[in-house]
Amino acid sequence: MDYTRRGLLRGAGTAGALVAAFATGALRPADVFAAWNKSAFDAKSTADAMKALNVAGAADSTDIVIRAPDIAENGAVVPIDITSNIPGTESISLFVDKNPFPYVGTFDVAKGAMPYVHVRVKIGESSNVRAVVAAAGKYYQAAKEVKVTIGGCGG
Amino acid sequence: MNRREFLEVLAAAAAAGFALDARAALAEANADALYQLPRFGNVSLLHFTDCHAQLQPIYFREPSMNIGIGDAAGQPPHLVGEWLLKAFGIAPGTREAHAFTYLDFEAAARTYGKVGGFAHLATLVKRLRAERPNALLLDGGDTWQGSGVSLWTKGGDMIQACNALGVDVMTGHWEFTYGEKRVKEAVEKELGKIAFVAQNVKTQDFGDPVFKAYALRDLGGVPVAIIGQAFPYTPIAHPRHFVAEWTFGIQEEELQKVVQETRAKGAQVVVLLSHNGMDVDLKLASRVRGIDAIFGGHSHDGVPQPTVVKNAGGQTLVANSGSNAKFLSVLDLEVKGGKVAGYRYRLLPVFANLLPADAAMAQLVAGTRTPYAARLGEELAVTEGLLYRRGNFNGTFDQLICDAMMEAQGAEIAFSPGFRWGTTILPGQPITMEHVMDQTAITYPYATLNELTGAQIKEVLEDVADNLFNPDPYKQQGGDMVRVGGLAYTCVPTARMGSRIVDMHLGGKPLEPAKKYKVAGWAPVAEGASGEPIWDVVSRWLRDQKTVPPRKLNLPRLQGVEGNPGIA
Repeated sequence: MDYTRRGLLRGAGTAGALVAAFATGALRPADVFAAWNKSAFDAKSTADAMKALNVAGAADSTDIVIRAPDIAENGAVVPIDITSNIPGTESISLFVDKNPFPYVGTFDVAKGAMPYVHVRVKIGESSNVRAVVAAAGKYYQAAKEVKVTIGGCGG
Repeated sequence: MNRREFLEVLAAAAAAGFALDARAALAEANADALYQLPRFGNVSLLHFTDCHAQLQPIYFREPSMNIGIGDAAGQPPHLVGEWLLKAFGIAPGTREAHAFTYLDFEAAARTYGKVGGFAHLATLVKRLRAERPNALLLDGGDTWQGSGVSLWTKGGDMIQACNALGVDVMTGHWEFTYGEKRVKEAVEKELGKIAFVAQNVKTQDFGDPVFKAYALRDLGGVPVAIIGQAFPYTPIAHPRHFVAEWTFGIQEEELQKVVQETRAKGAQVVVLLSHNGMDVDLKLASRVRGIDAIFGGHSHDGVPQPTVVKNAGGQTLVANSGSNAKFLSVLDLEVKGGKVAGYRYRLLPVFANLLPADAAMAQLVAGTRTPYAARLGEELAVTEGLLYRRGNFNGTFDQLICDAMMEAQGAEIAFSPGFRWGTTILPGQPITMEHVMDQTAITYPYATLNELTGAQIKEVLEDVADNLFNPDPYKQQGGDMVRVGGLAYTCVPTARMGSRIVDMHLGGKPLEPAKKYKVAGWAPVAEGASGEPIWDVVSRWLRDQKTVPPRKLNLPRLQGVEGNPGIA
């Protein structure tokens, strides 16, 4: 979620200028997050979040490649790469199934851009991370399990 | 008198009815046969791993429990005792049976003597190198940790010894617990000719490589690439702040690129020097193409023959060379027409009695010990039972540590980490400070006392059990099961996480999820942890005991793995 926000902010200008804009009331968060899907971000299960985003029933696809550690080195910042090899990819959404609020965010892919995103997300406990891709009016998904362990006891 | 003459005298004496130890005499006769390896092919690789800073000969008991789950069930390395002998055609009651199994351990150890020791290993390496001019010596890591001297010299004694031994290439795991700064300093200034390689260690920020990914060496006109694979879960298994700036992981795709790169540079033999552990190596070998052989470590498995794994690029040999300088792997390769055309493999046990000490190495080892000799030599108590560590669930030395912690800390339950290193002590032997350090010498040795609820205790046990028994090797973080003192439980290794630990009892009463219990432990991974070093707790307890009766091993009841060949 943080990353999405940061990305949007970067897109809009320098962070410093934006902070100033917020402070003076010239720019309210609601203006930046015009497309903020509250019910998706507030959903407590991936299924509900997907429903709120109208992507429920996305078909399983092996053309979405998720690169994530098998076991997280630090659950607070888990690096995840998502690449979509589906032609005409328009957006990539990310979910962490077992997080209290699973929906991480959606990345719109401009025409001609490489459908690839890299994010660092917090993962509270061992969970599937799930990517949903929108392409030509259809939805596709793939998932990969990331284990989060308390650590220690290394041979 | 040469050896043959000596044997003839022995035989004559035996025939004349002298009371001779026939077994010992036979052992001598077999000695030369053990180390006489006709040279094969044109390139050779020698490998040892996980010596855990054991520079002197020691006893080391192989596990009586090494359970494989899922596809690994009943497959090497998950074979113990007679199952292992049968699978590899080793005759029971022989020197080799002793080397590879726990069977009849005490009696066999008294017959065949200690194993390992760098002075004896050096003799073997020199012998093999004399016959094989085109050979490389590989060290799989866990070399700078595991003894008092290595801890107090931050691996300095081992770096000297490995330089003298002629190690060509190494990778790491416990090395990293000395911290990023120390590792970089050693690699840049002290390793001499030894190349430290690790393709899977990158910087956190930009993903830049921290070490060289591989070493390329010309062996008699054959280019050979040795790619390094450090222990992938270093920041998870140990306090992360030791390697705060680095990231690890298995990094299969990166590895595939490195293999391609070495082939493009002309490598005719590509070897992975791995600290993954054998289960991870087996899975990796099925998915990454173009590796001729994986020399593995971490899981301390002394596997007599490599497993041949088929993959899209052909096949990969997966070997694992045991621990404690007890074994040396010898892989002879015939390289013809730019590729490997044949191989011969032997995992040679290093018997100190059969290999005379190399004088220069013996002197070097004695020298590094001298400043610490008095402290290490203190005899704390005498053990009446066999003390060892290795095994999936518990070892008698771990039980001793748990017993000492519970008494010293007034705890009802004790946890001791499932480390696989740690030497073996025979009944009647004094337990010295050196022995205690051999079980505890780490850079985060703090003894702890915590109040945990029954639910938290279950959570800890489930978490560790999943690191051992997850059916996907890539999700096994390594180490054996945490050793548990005081608490009785049942373990179902084949169950899913959350359901493996059942029927927990303390003093005959079921563990209550909401009730708090006093739990002693050591080796906390949290940053800023503190406490008395565990070796002080244990040595003080031992001094009070003077004589230590055999420990009563607290083992869980096992369910669902009846007949598993990983159980004695």
